[in-house]
Amino acid sequence: MQHHTLSCCGGVRPSLPPPPLSFRWSKIKREGGRRLPRCARIAAQLELKPPPYSLSSLEPHMSRETLEYHWGRHHRAHVASLNNLIAGTDLDGMGLDEIVVVSYNKGNPLPLFVHAAQVWNHDFFWQSIKPGGGGRPSGRLMELIERDFGSFDRMLEEFKRAALTQFGSGWAWLVYKANRLDVGNAVNPCPSEKGNKLVVLKSPNAVNPIVWDYSPLLAIDVWEHAYYLDYENRRADYVSIFLEKLVSWEVVSDRLDVAIERAAERAREDETRRQEDDAAVTHSEAVEMYLDSDTDDSEAE
Amino acid sequence: MALRTLFTKKALTRASGLGPLGAAAGDRGLGSGLGQARGLTAASLPDLPYDYGALEPAISGEIMRLHHQRHHQAYVTNYNNALEQLEAAVAKGDAPAVVRLQGAIKFNGGGHINHSIFWNNLKPEGGGEPPHSALGWAIDTDFGSLEALVQKMNAEGAALQGSGWVWLALDKGSKKLSVETTANQDPLVTKGLHMVPLLGIDVWEHAYYLQYKNVRPDYLKNIWDVINWKYASEVYEKETA
Repeated sequence: MQHHTLSCCGGVRPSLPPPPLSFRWSKIKREGGRRLPRCARIAAQLELKPPPYSLSSLEPHMSRETLEYHWGRHHRAHVASLNNLIAGTDLDGMGLDEIVVVSYNKGNPLPLFVHAAQVWNHDFFWQSIKPGGGGRPSGRLMELIERDFGSFDRMLEEFKRAALTQFGSGWAWLVYKANRLDVGNAVNPCPSEKGNKLVVLKSPNAVNPIVWDYSPLLAIDVWEHAYYLDYENRRADYVSIFLEKLVSWEVVSDRLDVAIERAAERAREDETRRQEDDAAVTHSEAVEMYLDSDTDDSEAE
Repeated sequence: MALRTLFTKKALTRASGLGPLGAAAGDRGLGSGLGQARGLTAASLPDLPYDYGALEPAISGEIMRLHHQRHHQAYVTNYNNALEQLEAAVAKGDAPAVVRLQGAIKFNGGGHINHSIFWNNLKPEGGGEPPHSALGWAIDTDFGSLEALVQKMNAEGAALQGSGWVWLALDKGSKKLSVETTANQDPLVTKGLHMVPLLGIDVWEHAYYLQYKNVRPDYLKNIWDVINWKYASEVYEKETA
């Protein structure tokens, strides 16, 4: 998703998301995203990736005109603004996922967040749809939908409701929830595969569920610019058509596979870390938990 | 029952900042029509004081028609529905339902309030006549010049992320003018109980997209040709009397 200005081929999106974040944000906070001296600037520019289909191929459900403005103007402007704002700072050279999470700044977003997140969101959105989309999912995706929502139709209803009740601008999402409590050293003491499930969410403006450590599977843009040229104020019609004619359940399914694998890997890492910690405690000779004292300071005195 | 008085026609008029103008426009203004028999007076869509095409070329007739007939009408309809449900929930003592409805009331009620003000903020060729006397002096005092005020409102309007409004606000307590922004359909009063809207500009995409597409700054530049300074002055003078 990014390339250095010297190379001319676009980067290939890796099949697994990057490893757990090293959270350089504390460094950035200290240094305030300062600009490096000119000679040291990396200039790793993020690029505007085109949708994997032609701009007119989603007609009549999403017009060529909409794609020309939505992708060609809105999405493009966010890429340009983002590149401008990260150039020469510590965020330059980071992967887009990391830039989004770091700039979200735990709920107090930096000015560049809207651009980073909207680049991420729109890349994700274009890949979520395709000409001749719609239909029904199958395999593991369908199993989990039925398990977690009761039925495919119930999931669609919930997704539509989220999209229609996102007041103002924003997004509605289907995500895979396998997130962990990562607040300081408070780790979920009893993590289990059973806690992982599909969830429908909505988010305002540019917010994206990766900032809450969810794995997004599907997104619909409900900013008015996403549907106004084709549907005017009729957001409900747009959402229905999106689900019936545009969504690529294959892509959603692939994303689910990646998300499940990632969750399993993190569970394995947690288990390894737990075992190592236990081993360290057992072998430590310095541990003296209950000190016997000669002096008697008990309350019984 | 404080709740009942909150939703009478008079209270709505006051809250919207329309004042005497609101009462004068009461025939086509807020609260006329439906639901007089119920405790909570229903809202209704006010008529525009001009034709849909009268604000061209600043704002197209197509936008005005959709904005008024679809968006504002939807806020009115949904607000009335939410009020009905609220009335039932209050009567039953269903506190979770009362709380759950607050989002829809704020959003749709806010949309109704804001757009009712907005239609009065616009006038064919309104911008041709800059503000005089009291409001004019106040603008010079608080912003330096009319140009500076316009620039500030345009900058804040353009920078607003997502959907919302940019306002020329009067603080009734200090009598000072300021530029404020609110998100989504939050009315100006959410920025301060003493805040009165003199002018509001809708920067939701539906307010300009069909004509200006993503170039919100062009919409903001052109809307000043149709801003109704006469209305703003009247509200200002009434509130500072």
